[in-house]
Amino acid sequence: MLPSTVLWVIFLLPLFSLAFISLVLRPFFNNYPKLSGYTIISCLAVALGLSIWVMTSSDQFPVESTIEWAVVGDFRISLGFVADNLTAIMLIVVTGISLMVQIYSQGYMHGDPGYHRYFAFMSLFTASMLGLVLASNLLLVYVFWEGVGLGSYLLIGFWFHKPSAAAAAKKAFIVTRFGDFGFLIAILILYFTTGTFNIAELNNLAMAGILGGTTLTLAALGIFSGAVGKSAQFPLHTWLPDAMEGPTPVSSLIHAATMVAAGVYLVARTLPMFASSEFAIMFVAVIGGVTAIFAASMGLVMNDIKRVLAYSTISQLGYMMLGLGTVGVAISQGYLTYEEGIGLGIAVGIFHLFTHAFFKCLLFLGAGSVSHASGTFDMRLMGGLRKYMPWTFLVFLAGALSLSGIWPLAGFWSKDMIVLHAWEHTPVLFWLAIITVFMTAFYMFRVIFMTFGGEYRGGEQGHGDHAHGEPHESPLVMVFPMAVLALMAIGCGWAIWGGGAAQFLGEAGYYGLHGAHWHAHGFFDVFTKVGEEPMPLIALAVALAGILLAYTMYSAKWISPERVGKVFAPLYTLFSRKYYLDELYEQVFVVRILQNGIFRLIELFDIYVVDGIVNGVANITVVGSSTLRRLQTGQLQSYGLAIVLGVLIIMVVLFIYR
Amino acid sequence: MSLGLEHYLILSAILFSIGLYGALAKRNAVVVLMCIEIMLNAVNIAMVAFSRYLVPDVVVLTGHVFAIFIMTVAAAEAAVGLAIIITIYRNRHTVDIEQADLMQG
Repeated sequence: MLPSTVLWVIFLLPLFSLAFISLVLRPFFNNYPKLSGYTIISCLAVALGLSIWVMTSSDQFPVESTIEWAVVGDFRISLGFVADNLTAIMLIVVTGISLMVQIYSQGYMHGDPGYHRYFAFMSLFTASMLGLVLASNLLLVYVFWEGVGLGSYLLIGFWFHKPSAAAAAKKAFIVTRFGDFGFLIAILILYFTTGTFNIAELNNLAMAGILGGTTLTLAALGIFSGAVGKSAQFPLHTWLPDAMEGPTPVSSLIHAATMVAAGVYLVARTLPMFASSEFAIMFVAVIGGVTAIFAASMGLVMNDIKRVLAYSTISQLGYMMLGLGTVGVAISQGYLTYEEGIGLGIAVGIFHLFTHAFFKCLLFLGAGSVSHASGTFDMRLMGGLRKYMPWTFLVFLAGALSLSGIWPLAGFWSKDMIVLHAWEHTPVLFWLAIITVFMTAFYMFRVIFMTFGGEYRGGEQGHGDHAHGEPHESPLVMVFPMAVLALMAIGCGWAIWGGGAAQFLGEAGYYGLHGAHWHAHGFFDVFTKVGEEPMPLIALAVALAGILLAYTMYSAKWISPERVGKVFAPLYTLFSRKYYLDELYEQVFVVRILQNGIFRLIELFDIYVVDGIVNGVANITVVGSSTLRRLQTGQLQSYGLAIVLGVLIIMVVLFIYR
Repeated sequence: MSLGLEHYLILSAILFSIGLYGALAKRNAVVVLMCIEIMLNAVNIAMVAFSRYLVPDVVVLTGHVFAIFIMTVAAAEAAVGLAIIITIYRNRHTVDIEQADLMQG
């Protein structure tokens, strides 16, 4: 029996860690920084255990727990947590990844003066994300949504004395706020149309057709705009690459489990609403597909290892949106019923989120480990690290193979599902997806060959604490979590055999998954069932081709990358300047529209209307008081006369009107 | 002709009006204070008259007790009031209440 208290405990554990670190450890045990690390690790370990308990009790889903928060007339806000299959898998991802990242941080952040602060912020970040995946109504989701935004702001700007970090933190916060604005409007639209914040009720209303038409489309687009901001989809993706300014474990957590997963989770959670609006779901699929290839193209040319991974994350998030969207499109166009489609869509999208969380977290931790040794994130200064850091190399290779979608690693199984459904339902987007598979394999192995292959190119000289002649393997406390994640990155995709994981996910949101539309996989089906299902093999071949190209260019050097760069010079410039989007936003939106347009108007409004009101009130007061002061004669007897007259008037009035 | 309640009340009203007139119209602060005393005693008469009228068999003495309390307070008030008047006189060499207008706005 699973008591619903467990859900609250899972959420409150990291919150307790936040309170304990900032109220007890930081003031009284400042000289024992390790304690705060142990606090959060033990809290998260317990939370992970409880999450596993939640997942194994899936036969009792949905487990709900609601308390009234505020009641104003008919308007009631409740604090509600609900656990279903979707939540259960997200709990595992969030607590598991966060735990690994905290263990790794013990080594990576060693000796940092802000050690307590770091783990306090990490606790806040994790708690917000756990609240977000547990929340059963949109208002509560929004609360934690902003909590996650706050956590990311604090952590990206952790080294706030660096101007670039402070700027990146602000950028992340402001850009995601743009999307959040749409989300808030969507919540209000939904509430004033239906009178409820409850997600399950809203989903049911949408599927029953009661909630529909333009209202639903607008609301769905609003929710999606929130997801676009948080999940860094085009055109609000620009904050994510800059978010690299934070400590690397933070990037790892943001990219794998907490921040960017929120958007995909939200779309999955409200998929019935999206699938009821043909335009909205098509929009999701198209944005997903476009973002996937768009971000991958920028990843091809970056020289900063973390930036390559950042663009890769954006690209993979695009895949998840595409996976959710493409099945949703099939529903909205009537190829699948709600009963068949919703569970399938969630399974396709979230399964990739699940596998991606492990290998992307691993890759970021690997990048952190590499920079720990070489003192830089610039791949042109690395090279040959395989000799010095064999463990990091092995786990990084596992992550890269998994991300590239190589059989039989986790990424293969989840990416395969998305490509397959894109082919069935949205063929145009399929082509974007398959080209992205090629690009992904290429840029990941470009990273591998530039970082670990060839000869060591010296790293950063005389910069920071980490630079020291010979690179060396990271300490065990950093290698251990990477090894755990590597095992997951290799093996977690196997949960799909026989449709087990998909069946589990498909039941999310109380919908069953119907076998007819699920392509159940066996381990060797890729090769043995080519006749019926050629797609997995095609995707695999494309990925291998990408790796081969990377090998010829960056390892064997048969083709010189510089010459390729020259031949495609315009493209190269376009990619490496990130499509000039940063410049566009900066010059056009910020300077022209905001500073010279809206801000100028607001300034005038402020001067003439706001100041006018304030000064007007003050002037009225001055004039009024200088008139009224004449009444105060200081003559006691005239006051007395006024009192007597007043009493007389009251008596007369009472006498007449009694 | 026996004396009824109304006679006492009329007396009380006359005394109160005299007091009120004096308190509002006289300039000498000592006279104003005396007029306030007259008003208090007018109230005392009304109080005792009502008490006697409502409870004729003189078991409940509420009104009488109130009258005694008021007399006590009036005595205290007279003491404080005279002290204030003396202070005013020492500072301004007059007890004209119209000259005491420091609170003029």
